[in-house]
Amino acid sequence: MLGLTLLLLLPTAAAAAADRSRTEAPPLRGPGLRFSPPVPASPSAPPLLLLPQPGAEYGAPGVALARSAAEEPDGPAEEEDGGHHGEHGGGYRVVQWEWSYVQTPFIIAIWLLVASVAKILFHFSQRFTTVVPESCMLILLGLVLGGVVLIANKKQLYQLEPALFFLFLLPTIVGDAGYFMPARLFFDNLGAILTYAVVGTLWNAFCTGFCLYATKLLGVIDERVQADLMDFLLFGALISAVDPVAVLAVFEEVHVNDMLFIIVFGESLLNDAVTVVLYKVYISFVEVGAENVQMTDYFKGVASFLIVSVGGTLVGLVFAVILGFITRFTKKVRIIEPLFVFLLVYLAYLTAELFSLSAILSMTFCGIGANKYVEANISQKSRTTVKYTMKTLASIAETIIFIFLGISAVDKSKWAWDTGLVSCTLVFIFVFRAVGVIGQTWVLNRFRLVPLDKIDQVVMSYGGLRGAVAFALVVLLDGEQVKAKDYFVATTIVVVFFTVMFQGLTIKPLVKWLKVPRSTSRKPTINEEIHERAFDHILTAVEDIAGLQGYHHWRDKWEQFDKNYLSKLLLRKSVYRKSELWEAYQKINIRDAISVIDQGGNVLTSARLSLPSMASRASFPEVTNVTNYLRENGSGVCLDLQVIDNVPGGKVEEDTETHHVLAGNLYKPRRRYQSHYSRHFIPLGEKERQDREVFQRNMKSRMETFKSTRHKRHKKERTSPPPVPAALDGTQSPPPGPPSPTGGETHLPWKGGVGSPPPCVSVEATKIIPVDLQQAWNQSISSLESISSPPAPAEPVHPRVSALSRLGATRPASYTPPGSVAASSASYTPPGSVAGSSASIGAQLSQGSFCFPDGRKDEEDEEEDEGAELQPLMSSLRPPGSLPPAPPGPGPGPGHTPGRAPGPGRRRNPCVYLRSLVTAPPSGSGEPHSRGPTQL
Amino acid sequence: MGSSSSNMDHIPDAQHLMQETGFSAAHLVRLYERFDFLDKDDRGELRLDDFEAVSELAMNPIGDRIIRAFFSPGRETVDFPSFVRILAHFRPTDTNRTRNGRNGAQPEPANSRTNKLKFAFQLYDQDRDGKISREELLQVLRAMLEMQVTEEQLQSIAERAIQEADLDLDDTISFDEFKKSLEKVDIEHKMSIRFLE
Repeated sequence: MLGLTLLLLLPTAAAAAADRSRTEAPPLRGPGLRFSPPVPASPSAPPLLLLPQPGAEYGAPGVALARSAAEEPDGPAEEEDGGHHGEHGGGYRVVQWEWSYVQTPFIIAIWLLVASVAKILFHFSQRFTTVVPESCMLILLGLVLGGVVLIANKKQLYQLEPALFFLFLLPTIVGDAGYFMPARLFFDNLGAILTYAVVGTLWNAFCTGFCLYATKLLGVIDERVQADLMDFLLFGALISAVDPVAVLAVFEEVHVNDMLFIIVFGESLLNDAVTVVLYKVYISFVEVGAENVQMTDYFKGVASFLIVSVGGTLVGLVFAVILGFITRFTKKVRIIEPLFVFLLVYLAYLTAELFSLSAILSMTFCGIGANKYVEANISQKSRTTVKYTMKTLASIAETIIFIFLGISAVDKSKWAWDTGLVSCTLVFIFVFRAVGVIGQTWVLNRFRLVPLDKIDQVVMSYGGLRGAVAFALVVLLDGEQVKAKDYFVATTIVVVFFTVMFQGLTIKPLVKWLKVPRSTSRKPTINEEIHERAFDHILTAVEDIAGLQGYHHWRDKWEQFDKNYLSKLLLRKSVYRKSELWEAYQKINIRDAISVIDQGGNVLTSARLSLPSMASRASFPEVTNVTNYLRENGSGVCLDLQVIDNVPGGKVEEDTETHHVLAGNLYKPRRRYQSHYSRHFIPLGEKERQDREVFQRNMKSRMETFKSTRHKRHKKERTSPPPVPAALDGTQSPPPGPPSPTGGETHLPWKGGVGSPPPCVSVEATKIIPVDLQQAWNQSISSLESISSPPAPAEPVHPRVSALSRLGATRPASYTPPGSVAASSASYTPPGSVAGSSASIGAQLSQGSFCFPDGRKDEEDEEEDEGAELQPLMSSLRPPGSLPPAPPGPGPGPGHTPGRAPGPGRRRNPCVYLRSLVTAPPSGSGEPHSRGPTQL
Repeated sequence: MGSSSSNMDHIPDAQHLMQETGFSAAHLVRLYERFDFLDKDDRGELRLDDFEAVSELAMNPIGDRIIRAFFSPGRETVDFPSFVRILAHFRPTDTNRTRNGRNGAQPEPANSRTNKLKFAFQLYDQDRDGKISREELLQVLRAMLEMQVTEEQLQSIAERAIQEADLDLDDTISFDEFKKSLEKVDIEHKMSIRFLE
């Protein structure tokens, strides 16, 4: 059973893993029983890159693929589906082959799915998740799943595989942690972190080991536990290290202050070197036998520690430099920028592992070192991608680790219980942790600027969580050499569970009770940025004057070096010239802008957005049920209007509606310009330029327009002329001047019920292009005529349209009359299509004029109109600049084309919307934007 | 510090200084050695040249301002007590534990948060009118950012900073506003250095 699988396995998936086992122990063959993914037919079988591979699932070594096919899904099937189970469950050859083909990725995918769904489920209950840490729940889930598999199978199939844990799961978490480590905070506290990591871990390891041996001699630990001093020291080494995964999982939810967090977490990362060395040294000692260990071996151990830690760090830094250097040149291939980050950070880990150096140290320092340069070099999108991908991977890896910890615990064949050993270990690690922390803090506080007080020490002692690293290490032990392995496994599981679950559960109340200062996730203000920079300079100067070669002295030296050499080497030229403070300033500005939009901006946005709709809706005063329908429907248009009226509540809905409307209407035409596709670029195309333009105009007109509040606008609306109602009255003569005063907003139909004229269009028409209103009006009428009588020549339309588009070119100047609603709404349009948008006024008017008649007429006309209306969308595929005066083709549709083409679709939509309501009220697709070009 | 007692004799008014600044005897001795070292001509006073002889300070973008902060208005020289008093601003804030010997008993020690901030404020406020004007802020920014940004960018940063901090809308940053804008910053930590004994 073993032979074939091991043969298959070792050269492939485990090959890379072998180094840890090679150097640390020869155990793969022993515990490696389970480490047996049947090699899939796919050549790319070993999971690539950072894909976390839940290692253990191919539990039953591939003797019978059919059997495994039948059994495998048991675990996931509990929650997911039995689908593939049934499909592949038979004993047929073909089916067998298929299963083996997809087995590995399939099971991985299923496990990822289980883990992700589990996460979702936990977060359903807010109250629950605030009390119980996620890690606890995941372990419990793992226990349940493991139990189910055990019952169904009589044999545990899954287990946290050390090799896959170290090669895939751990790096994802460490990579994320290292890359996003707050560097300044980390180095400010580096002394404390290193002390706790090195001295503290050594202290814990030795004390735990010796004391366990002592209790064994005293007879507290059972005779069956066949272990001598070396075994206990080995066990002490692996159980003493604080675990980064557990610490992250628990502390992220606790939100203690930054300093405390960085000290505990930094320790958990940096103690890796100590753990690795101790572990390896003891294993070699155990192998040769304690009596054969010579004095030189101890020195070798010390040397090994130095090499492992310093070497690991150096490897990390080398990769950091490479990474920074590479990202300098990715300007043309932005799309793969994130990949470089992942690859090189991961390679730093693997390379360190390759030379049996401290991989965690390597990866951490690679991340810390490269972060500054990489973030400056890569594009904003790549930054986001890196961040989200890293967080996603780390999160899922963490989830899987905890689930598998739970599952592994159910495997009874693996462990043997000894109460004495378990309880003694629990007591010892807790006591020695506390003693160690207090002792070291006492020393450290003599040197620290900010002394760690008692509360900090309590949290640090209590936060010494053990986790998956210890478990993976203990599983890696060679049962032949370490006789008491099974007892150690059981003890480790208990310790891990106790620390993660009990301490994880209680640390939150403890922190609350002790009133530990919490972290505030607060972004620095520009003043803080400036002054803190000044403080740094002041402190450096004062140290220089006082003749102290202190921390700030060296930090300044480093910054000089960084500026003069490193940054020059690793940063793009364009980036290098930029000042950090300026960057910070820009970041703050962007943040502000976003928050403006988030908070008050939507009023603005929706105001502009809804205005056209107001206009067109107002052009149907008598169709009161439409407005009622709108209101009942909670359509975005209606809600937007309420925002204008400052009716609070329903904000969220409004927001989403606004976004929908924006996305559906405003952006679509633009997006179509982007027909260009490249695998290598994400083109910084028209759209982004337009977005920026839109945003700038938005903000600008907000400054100018909105400052003078809405009242002005209301006033204007009140006095605004209603040309469209005029059309409704049947008086086909366009009113060029401001005729009938309207009711303003208070009498808007959806509020008051009936009959208020369109404020928007009228304002636009009269204030901005009063001269051309006549033309526009004529055009709309002619277009109406052309619809009602299709063969009519479009000839008369043409000159007007071209006049309109000509006008559009001169338009922007007259765009910003303060208070002009129409202008502000028009300011949404991209510069490229200014002509179009102004021309769309004509379209608007024309619609307003013939929509309604349509509504009263028959549906045939309407369909035609629809066609005509949609036509422009097609033509909008043209580049914006090349908008021609548009020789109108034959027929009504093309006749409209130039007028409407680039105009934002939203202007048209309310009409469409209303029309659809009129024709088919109930099913009339309440969403304006749902009428996309796809309906063509 | 076996020689500390002998060296203490050289220090004028040592006991009083220790009381006032909170420095321990060892600190004072060490600082006095430094003072002596800087004082090339053995006049018992430091002049501007003496400070400028510290080569690292030349690299410091706001080094000259910090040097000037050592000189009380109208004085051309700095004697040892004022030297120590200035440095006392940067002592770590005392905790409950008695640290470095004795604590200053005076109500507002130089290393209090307010005094640390005051020192920093002075560096901006060159005309000592109690306000950081836009021009004063710009000068500091210009010094710190060197050639990296354009004048326009500097202007906008300064504009923004003043807008952010200026609560009474007088277009300047008063000390209270300065303090307020930094109220969330761990000044005790960020304006302290560790003095060797």
